Amino acid sequence: MYSEKVMDHFMNPRNVGEIKDADGVGTVGNPVCGDIMRIYLKIEDNIIKDAKFKTFGCGAAVASSSMATELIKGKTVDDAWGTSNKAVVEALEGLPPIKIHCSVLAEQAIHAAINDYRIKHGMEPIKEEHKDIHDEERCE
Amino acid sequence: MGKIVYMDNSATTPTKSEVLEEMKPYFTEKYGNPSSIYSLARETKAAIEKSREKVAKVLGANPDEIYFTAGGSESDNWTLKGIAYANQNKGNHIITTKIEHHAVLHACEYLEKHGFEVTYLPVDEYGLINLDDFKKAITDKTILVSVMFANNEIGTIEPIAEVGKICKDKGIYFHTDAVQAVGNVPINVKKMNIDLLSLSAHKFYGPKGVGALYIKKGVKINPLIHGGGQEGGRRAGTENVPGIVGLGKAIELAGESMDSHIERLTKLRDKLIGGIMKIPYSKLNGHPVKRLPGNVNVCFRFIEGESMLLLLDGMGVCGSSGSACSSGSLDPSHVLLAIGLPPEIAHGSLRLTLGDFTTEEDVDYVLGLLPKFVKRLRDMSPLYEEFIKKGEESCTAKK
Ligand SMILES: Cc1ncc(COP(=O)(O)O)c(C=O)c1O
Repeated sequence: MYSEKVMDHFMNPRNVGEIKDADGVGTVGNPVCGDIMRIYLKIEDNIIKDAKFKTFGCGAAVASSSMATELIKGKTVDDAWGTSNKAVVEALEGLPPIKIHCSVLAEQAIHAAINDYRIKHGMEPIKEEHKDIHDEERCE
Repeated sequence: MGKIVYMDNSATTPTKSEVLEEMKPYFTEKYGNPSSIYSLARETKAAIEKSREKVAKVLGANPDEIYFTAGGSESDNWTLKGIAYANQNKGNHIITTKIEHHAVLHACEYLEKHGFEVTYLPVDEYGLINLDDFKKAITDKTILVSVMFANNEIGTIEPIAEVGKICKDKGIYFHTDAVQAVGNVPINVKKMNIDLLSLSAHKFYGPKGVGALYIKKGVKINPLIHGGGQEGGRRAGTENVPGIVGLGKAIELAGESMDSHIERLTKLRDKLIGGIMKIPYSKLNGHPVKRLPGNVNVCFRFIEGESMLLLLDGMGVCGSSGSACSSGSLDPSHVLLAIGLPPEIAHGSLRLTLGDFTTEEDVDYVLGLLPKFVKRLRDMSPLYEEFIKKGEESCTAKK
C-alpha cells in the first residue's frame, strides 16, 4: 500500500527528536483523530539550520514528517513556508488517497512552527490558507 | 519471503491440507451439477448432504436445518433481511448490539431506512452486554434479537444461552453471529435456544467464500437469493460443491480437536498477554476469561496502531489494529469505542490472534519484538513526551 520511499522514511525516519532551544515549535493534529505532529526549527539568518519532529500517527504521518523536515532544512524561512503538501507527497513518491491528510498536516506543522518563530521575533504571524484538515472530515 | 509469523487468525486461517485434499476431486473429476439426475451429479449431491450432516453434528442441529451460503456476511444479511421482511406483520423492532460485525450493523442500518427500528445494546468495559438492559429493550414489536457469540476484535464471549432462554420465553427469534466462535467455543443450538446461527468456513481452516446458516425448523424467513430450487428453495444458486465439501471437512476436524485446540491456544494466549502486560502503559481489551482462546487485543498508550503493524510486518509478523488508519476510515474501531476507550487510546490497539499453526516460539519471538517497538514509537511520540513532562511536574509538585 505504501511506496518504497514512504516505507524507507517510516522505517528510518530522518530528524526524529526535539531541539531543546528551538526558535520555533509547531504542533498540529488531534490525538482523537490518531495523528499529532510537532516540528522544531532552529533558524539563523533567516535560514532553517535544523529541523526535527515528533509524531504520533500512522506510517504515512511519520514518513510525511520525516520528508517535510528533510525538504525544509537549509531553505530560507520563506521557501520553507512555501513547501506544500504536494511537494511532500511527490518526494515520497505518492501516498494513498486516504493518507493525503498526513502530508497536509506536515505542511501545517511547518507553518505553525514558522509562525511561532515570527511571533517570538515580534513579527505578525502569516495567515494560514488551509483550513484545519480535521474540520473537513468526520473526525474532529 | 523471510520468516512469517501469522497472528491474524481472526481475519482468516489457512486451509488445512486435509481439507484441501477432500476438496480437490470436486473441481476436476466430480464436477456434476448437484441438481442434475445422472450419477456424476448424484455424487456431488451426496457430498453436499454429507457436509450438511457434519455441520449439524457439531452444532447439535438436524441436517435439514443447515443451509449453505457464500460466507458469514451472507448468512448475517440473510437473517436480518429475511426475518425482518417475513415477520413484518408481527412487528418492526430488532435488537442487536453496538459491537456486531459490520455485516450485521450495516444490514440493520439498511433496515432502519426501510421502516424497521433497531436497538443497539451497549456493552460494559469488557464488551459484555447486560441482560437487564436487554430485557428492558424488548417490546411487543420485537421480532428478532441478534447478538454475536464472540466478538471478532476483542474476543469477548457473550452470554448466549441466557439470551437464548429469554428469547425463547418471549417467543422472539434469536440469531447469533458465531463466525468467530465455531471451532473455538462449544456450541449447541438446541441447548442454547438459538434459532439462527451464522458461520464461515475460512475462520476454522476451511476455504473462503463459503459458510452456512442454521435455521431452526419452523422459523419464518424469506430468501435473500431468489432463483433455482437449491437448498430447499431457500437459497438459490448452483452449490459451491468444493467449498461445501471443504467446510464439512473443516468443521469435522474442528469438532474433533476442539478440547485440545482450546487448551493449547488458551495457554499460548495467556503467555502472550502476560508478556505484553509487562510493557508499561499497556492495557488488555476484552474480558480476561470470557474470551476466545486465541484472541489477544491490547492498547499501547501514546502510539498509533498502524505504525506498530508496519514495524511488526517488517519482522514478518502479521497482526491487525482497530486504529483508524488501518481500518480505512478516520474513526477508530466501533468496538473499542463501545467498551469506553477514548479515541486516542483506541488508535493504539493491536490485535494478535493465534491459531493451530502458532507455536510457543512464535509467541516468544513477538514478545521479544514488542517492547523494542513500543519504545521506538513512544520515543518519537509527542503525546508520550507531554505525558512524561507532566508526570515530572506532578512529582515535583507533590514534593
Ligand atoms: C463476527 C464476524 N461476522 C461476520 C464475518 C464475515 O464473514 P465472511 O468474511 O465469511 O463474509 C466475520 C469475518 O470477518 C466476522 O468476524
